[in-house]
Amino acid sequence: MFDTALSAADLIFLAKGAGMTIIVTAISVAIGTVLGILFGVIRVQLGAVLAAPLTFFLDIFRSVPLLIQLVLANAFMGMVLHLRFSGFTIACMVLSLYTAAYCAEIVRGGIGAVPATTRRAARSLGMSWWQDMRYIVAPLATRVALPSWIGLALGVMKDSALVYVVQVTELLKSTQILITRLQEPLFLLMICGAFYFIISFPLARLGGYLEKRWSND
Amino acid sequence: MFGYTFQWNQALARLPKILDGAAVTMEVAVLSMLIGIALAIFLTLLRLSGSRPLGAIATTWVEVARNTPALFQIYMAHFGVASFGIHFSPFVSLLIGITFNNAGYLAENFRGALKAIPETQTRAGRSLGMSQGQAFRYIILPQMLRISFLPMTNQMVWAVLMTSLGVTVGMNTDLYGVTQDLNALTFRTFELFAIAAVIFYLITKIITLGARAIAWRLFRY
Repeated sequence: MFDTALSAADLIFLAKGAGMTIIVTAISVAIGTVLGILFGVIRVQLGAVLAAPLTFFLDIFRSVPLLIQLVLANAFMGMVLHLRFSGFTIACMVLSLYTAAYCAEIVRGGIGAVPATTRRAARSLGMSWWQDMRYIVAPLATRVALPSWIGLALGVMKDSALVYVVQVTELLKSTQILITRLQEPLFLLMICGAFYFIISFPLARLGGYLEKRWSND
Repeated sequence: MFGYTFQWNQALARLPKILDGAAVTMEVAVLSMLIGIALAIFLTLLRLSGSRPLGAIATTWVEVARNTPALFQIYMAHFGVASFGIHFSPFVSLLIGITFNNAGYLAENFRGALKAIPETQTRAGRSLGMSQGQAFRYIILPQMLRISFLPMTNQMVWAVLMTSLGVTVGMNTDLYGVTQDLNALTFRTFELFAIAAVIFYLITKIITLGARAIAWRLFRY
């Protein structure tokens, strides 16, 4: 009557959790990257002093544990503003800003790696600021930034394991739910860990390869 | 403006307890960093040893630490090893989880740092009559630690942030755990966690600024 073996339904449950992990990661990385590029360019354009408020705002997301960011966002939206957002929405909002904060730093580094002389040459040839950004800075900065960006995206996937705190059942949470039923922690955690590893490892290797391939020396 | 009355006094009255939690958080983070650095040096030596099985053990450690969530690693240290009849307290599980993670990331940083140190320096040390161990200890190691000082600072910040995950294995004495318990008592969720967030922010700022000061004192020529 009480079956304690791993059933097909359990595997589907785990797969749903894995799907949730990927969806949350994909949405957050997509929005976060767009915001990050925007914030990064703004920070470079404004200079250190004028961009200080933005720098401070983004720094918060890198200095406060993600768990607390999620709890605070959830409490603020629900208790203070009385907005009935789903946990999924809050998870995506927080993770997007979290991604954006790190991405802005990567973008800043990428733009900084483009030699000033190259950019001045572009402007002397009559290119507008936008053309300079679009045809000179963007391709060169992407080469520098892409390996770090891959690392960031993988980092967000791993950190998305924390969104259980706003009632989103992602992979690790669904594993935990199954553990309470099957009482097989080691076996189930191995499956869960293997899933993260299989996605993360090849992409991390690709990032390392690109870094080596695209480095100037 | 908001349909919610902030009651900061209630939360601030609990500040001493929260600060006690911050002390435990720092304790875990510092311990995990110290053991983590020692393990990372050990892993680096295994990789340098030239022995395939030893190198494979080190590489597996590093790749698992870097490619799975820190939360998963803490679960493994708590629930996973419990399958073998080994039961750690939440504090120990958290410490093991973070240390495992730190060691993996730091070993990778050390590998990058080693690439920046010319191979000829070891040979120069050897030709001066140093043993292989002495050459590593007196020539390579200090430079390696110096080059990876900044990544180590970052890792320290992450270690502090990772302590908040201890709550998932029942830790209730660290900064996050204490805040969570107080939240259960008072329901001032936003106020309490805002205070915890500020403390975390201050801790990370102190670490980064402190590290910058130390680097300036130690590494200027």
